[in-house]
Amino acid sequence: MKKLPLSQLDAFFAALAAGQELYIPAGDAGTAAFTPWREGLKLTPALNTSRSAKDLFFPQVENLVDFKVTGKQIEIIENRAPAKPFVIFGVRACDCRSFDILDKVFLADPADTYYKTRRENGTIVTLACTEPEETCFCTALGIDPANPAGDVSGWIAEDTLYLQANTGKGSALLETLPMLEEGEKPELDQPVFDRLPLKDLDWSAFGGERMMEHFNSPKWASLAESCLGCGSCTFVCPTCQCYDIKDFNTGSEIKRFRCWDSCMYSDFTLMSAGQPRPTQLERFRQRFMHKLVYYPSTHEGEFGCVGCGRCLQKCPISMNIVKVAGTLGKEETP
Amino acid sequence: MQERIKAKAIELLESGVCGRVLGWKTGEFFYDVTPAVFESREEIERDFVFGPFCGANLSKYLIAESRKGGKVGAFLKPCDTYSFQQLQKEHRILPENVYAVGVQCGGMCDIDAIRAAGIKGVLDVEEQGDSLLVHTLYGDKSLDRAAALSERCRVCKSKKILGCAELIGEQGEEQPSARFEQVAELEAMTPEERFAFWRGELSRCIRCNACRNVCPACSCEKCVFDNPSSGAENKAPANSFEENLFHIIRAFHVAGRCTDCGECSRVCPQHIPLHLLNRKFIKDINELYGPYQAGADMDAKPPLVNFQADDPEPSVVRERGTNP
Amino acid sequence: MQVNETFKPTVVAFCCNWCSYAGADLAGTNRLQYPADVKIIRIPCSCRLNPLFILRAFQRGADGVILCGCHPGDCHYTTGNYYARRRMTLLFSMLDYLGIERERTRVEWVSAAEGAKFAETMNDFVETVTRLGENRRLEDLRCKSE
Repeated sequence: MKKLPLSQLDAFFAALAAGQELYIPAGDAGTAAFTPWREGLKLTPALNTSRSAKDLFFPQVENLVDFKVTGKQIEIIENRAPAKPFVIFGVRACDCRSFDILDKVFLADPADTYYKTRRENGTIVTLACTEPEETCFCTALGIDPANPAGDVSGWIAEDTLYLQANTGKGSALLETLPMLEEGEKPELDQPVFDRLPLKDLDWSAFGGERMMEHFNSPKWASLAESCLGCGSCTFVCPTCQCYDIKDFNTGSEIKRFRCWDSCMYSDFTLMSAGQPRPTQLERFRQRFMHKLVYYPSTHEGEFGCVGCGRCLQKCPISMNIVKVAGTLGKEETP
Repeated sequence: MQERIKAKAIELLESGVCGRVLGWKTGEFFYDVTPAVFESREEIERDFVFGPFCGANLSKYLIAESRKGGKVGAFLKPCDTYSFQQLQKEHRILPENVYAVGVQCGGMCDIDAIRAAGIKGVLDVEEQGDSLLVHTLYGDKSLDRAAALSERCRVCKSKKILGCAELIGEQGEEQPSARFEQVAELEAMTPEERFAFWRGELSRCIRCNACRNVCPACSCEKCVFDNPSSGAENKAPANSFEENLFHIIRAFHVAGRCTDCGECSRVCPQHIPLHLLNRKFIKDINELYGPYQAGADMDAKPPLVNFQADDPEPSVVRERGTNP
Repeated sequence: MQVNETFKPTVVAFCCNWCSYAGADLAGTNRLQYPADVKIIRIPCSCRLNPLFILRAFQRGADGVILCGCHPGDCHYTTGNYYARRRMTLLFSMLDYLGIERERTRVEWVSAAEGAKFAETMNDFVETVTRLGENRRLEDLRCKSE
């Protein structure tokens, strides 16, 4: 294990940023974001960023390819930016788990090469949580926020940053940083995790087994009733991965891009025959069924949720996966 | 207040005045209340809440609720009643199917304002006069109640309850408000400064459409931005132009109809001060065409479907802006 | 792109069918000179101009947008231009509020008999926009790449 006094954090960031682009969570609570590091940029005091770390591997908008039409000829223009290595520092355990969930979607055969290139070029340095929010429930999903994964795991204790490489990519990164010293992290006692209000969340009623039972539950009507059909839960979610592919006509060429889409939207998966989920009830049900039932049914019972709590904080009407699972799950207990 | 409202809700159901009532439902925490429809005494006794975190404006739900058949009861705060009247004026709410009860409001708190004050792990709050005692995972913190208020409540324009069948609490009055101060500050900047300010704010937009979907004035069945045939559809802000386009068009479309209820800014997950766009239109309308408050008067003609022969010419924007 | 080429702005003029479009026609038949950089789009009435049209003109490469309609009181549909006047005033004010140069947008009333005014207006507007330079603050870079 390596260590570094926090007083040298700026020099550490400068050294990291010298070899590649470095992103750190910066900004005020509520608007914190992974930001390219520049001299003087400080770590945010907020627990987590407003948007999740998935943005760096699966950006909201991405140009895939361009077309130029001349007469009857269509020229296909490959416009991928050359792959550049980058480091994300300060990823929390929940966001780090979200990469596993996204990988199972984007790296399954046939792999999404845009996503894959970024995954290969990105090195993830995590940071253990010491001050969770009341909305955190990663522990209920088997994630240990005090011991996050990643290429390099990080802990801040007292005035020292401790770093432990977990992968070859991680070791290679740490070797480039001469200011790191050898050191052992002290045992951290963090009783706060036992006091989290949502730590006892029980999702055993969910998974693939009772798919139709949950799908047909009459409780969806009252749950979906107040949903505004916006996409804030989807867009701040680290595991939501639906996208749309669109063409933009610039006047001289076509730019084919993909962008995040939300199953909450009325034009999600719109077909010539119309929207397959005609009302907000079906759209709302889709989002939660996907996370609680469909995803686990095809991925060995793993839920499509990492307990980061962003949707709890950001939903305009405070409807979220914890309330949905609580209401639906209640049916099952005698 | 909560007990009086719950008693009224039960009374409305049991006397047969309404088949269901629209109110706020308790959540996992003290602050995460959800608008909900209640149909029985049991549901109301168990789940109905009214407190300093019931900021959601229920008026927009009445568009759909008033069309479901039967009469729906609704509890509306003063600013919600402006939206309620405005939507009736636009024939979006069918008033004959709504039994509105006005509830007086002392200003609504915003959990994000508490978090912005650097308070983490909030478990509960107690109102102690002008201050809030905040219980957190990390001990108790104290905060001025004013600092926990929503921006819109800090500059509350009116405590007047409009168009309701009955009131719970005292009828209030319009009151002086500093709500245009920040607009004036922006107007006093140079165009370069304003451009930089808005780029900083609007570049955070993730086009989740929360501002639009929560907005009582945004009640189109199909928005141009969602309509693949409109030529303006876009699902994500691909660049700065599209960020500007969405917010300019949205603010323009609600100009003259926006009651300044402030829901857009409350719900923005990226904390973009969207009310500053709407208030700019309101301020301009007041200054150029005479004072107008959307929703206040059922008979007044909305400024954008009205004109005077001697209205100022558009060049007023250039002339007015000669300094700085 | 050539560096020392003098900047030639693209100006979009939305002209009402009944007055200003005829005014432009008159300017043409009278052989009055106005810059070829002005692209005229005919609309049935000045109040047909949706703010989206203006923004999309900027997106597609316009450096200035001008709306021409019948003089107030002379609208073919009696009152259309009065509504347009309010809308454009508020829209231009909003663009100014967002920091977009206030000289890039303009409304002028040009009747069917005012061919000379049409040419003068366009000369003046193109000159103003040329002085301002390229539209940077409301541009869509995707539409500028060749």
